[in-house]
Amino acid sequence: MAPETNTATDTMTNDPILKVEHLSMRFGGLMAINDLSFEAQRGEITALIGPNGAGKTTVFNCVTGFYKPTMGMISMRQASGKTFLLERMPDFEITRDAKVARTFQNIRLFTGLTVLENLLVAQHNTLMKASGYTILGLLGLPAYKNASAASIELAKHWLEKAHLIERADDPAGDLPYGAQRRLEIARAMCTGPEFLCLDEPAAGLNPRESLALNELLTGIRRDTGTSILLIEHDMSVVMEISDHVVVLEYGQKISDGTPDHVKNDPKVIAAYLGVEDEEVEEVIEEIEEIEEGGKH
Amino acid sequence: MEYFIQQLVNGLTLGSIYGLIAIGYTMVYGIIGMINFAHGDIFMLGGFAALIIFLVITSIFVGLPVVILLLIMMAAAMLTAALWNWTIEKVAYRPLRGSFRLAPLITAIGMSITLSNFIQVTQGPRNKPIPPLVSSVYNVFGISIALKQIIIVLLTVILLTVFWYIVNKTSLGRAQRATEQDRKMAALLGIDVDRTISITFIMGAGLAAVAGTMYLMYYGVAVFSDGFIPGVKAFTAAVLGGIGSLPGAVIGGLLIGLIESLWSAYFTIDYKDVATFSILAIVLIFKPSGILGRPEVEKV
Repeated sequence: MAPETNTATDTMTNDPILKVEHLSMRFGGLMAINDLSFEAQRGEITALIGPNGAGKTTVFNCVTGFYKPTMGMISMRQASGKTFLLERMPDFEITRDAKVARTFQNIRLFTGLTVLENLLVAQHNTLMKASGYTILGLLGLPAYKNASAASIELAKHWLEKAHLIERADDPAGDLPYGAQRRLEIARAMCTGPEFLCLDEPAAGLNPRESLALNELLTGIRRDTGTSILLIEHDMSVVMEISDHVVVLEYGQKISDGTPDHVKNDPKVIAAYLGVEDEEVEEVIEEIEEIEEGGKH
Repeated sequence: MEYFIQQLVNGLTLGSIYGLIAIGYTMVYGIIGMINFAHGDIFMLGGFAALIIFLVITSIFVGLPVVILLLIMMAAAMLTAALWNWTIEKVAYRPLRGSFRLAPLITAIGMSITLSNFIQVTQGPRNKPIPPLVSSVYNVFGISIALKQIIIVLLTVILLTVFWYIVNKTSLGRAQRATEQDRKMAALLGIDVDRTISITFIMGAGLAAVAGTMYLMYYGVAVFSDGFIPGVKAFTAAVLGGIGSLPGAVIGGLLIGLIESLWSAYFTIDYKDVATFSILAIVLIFKPSGILGRPEVEKV
């Protein structure tokens, strides 16, 4: 799937759905993100990786309106050409109007609601409009009945994709862990997003659940064309499904390109092996020597 | 025996009114976890709105059918109370959301005092009587049941059903329950949380206004201090029934109404409030989450 080149940008069709430019986020004295710029291409899976504390989740929180960035611009361009400046919008409008959805590192389902209800909550805005803000819905108007049936159809579609259809009427809190992860993604998809942000979807999954997740994600990209931004520590997931990888360390971008490019980037290797700053140069030289040696 | 059943009927009526007010407490508590102490005064204010519109309408249109008159009174009361409760939420509670837990509670007490004083100043401190609106009484096996009692109980049943349906079956209700569980996540799914909370306040106020109108019709008087005791009783009813549960609120209201009227019938009337609150204390010792409340089990 991934193009076999070392440089990333030249092979991509340049149609970014999300553009992050000069993003900085400061918490008191801590610069969590420092002048970060990257792009996520439409229809691709972009992975955001980096050691713990690199600022990956902070980027997500800025994109989805949890935090207001200290500086910088985050623009999202829909397929229709409409552009939204996400850093200026309140959180619910980012989902409702800009069509960005997200999941969290820790599962945040509505555990007291049933599985199906979790998916219907995500379609609240459509249903509210169709039901004339509940008033017409109470009178049982056909327009509302149709919208209601359509919303259940959509929910069923995603339940099937996530292999959860038999558990539709169980409380969401009763599902096993891996199923809850898939339900979260299904719920995010029910908001009808063009851009989906997933924060460590594979965390805590066993290999089989991890495989089911890969399948769900590639299925989403293939069938709906939804662009995905992914934070992940599980390299088997990252290398397997992503088209483009952005590596962060200490709030700065250290590498950006295809999975193969990033895998061989000495800076990335240094960051992951935890080498001291002064030694980075040495590591780079060593790697270069090895590469030179290989060529001769 | 007849005397006992008569007291049951009276208690049921009173309890229905408490139940209607209690639904407002329970819904607001459910969605933002605060007790809106001004809710009792919203009920009183609804009664006054009904009273004023009654005086206006009866002086313009003489001989209007009572049903239409009552409907107009209720509509006016609901509109006024909803507007007030919406405003109170917007100016007094919303800015304090996310503040420490006691802040909205103190503000709510402040709003309660403000409202009752506002009515005292603008409407005067004396009892305001109205002529009886519905006066027919039926005699069933020696028990007298007034038509107004039937209206109150029926209205409570209908409104509870409608509100239960809204909360459990409609998209608005799902949004309310989602907001209740995880406000941030609800917002991330595109739900306008502020608006959902406002609607909850409006719904609660609407019910309180209906209760206010019924109270006015039942007792024939309105006074500015009416918000306090029925308000506290309704709050007790919400806690007794399990705060957060709609049917619980009405069951709690009925229980309190029954306890009150039976106690007054067989023991001394001066101690009826003592009896009510003692029973609340006893129930809470053995069932801290109330009758229909779900106990909070923390998974570790």
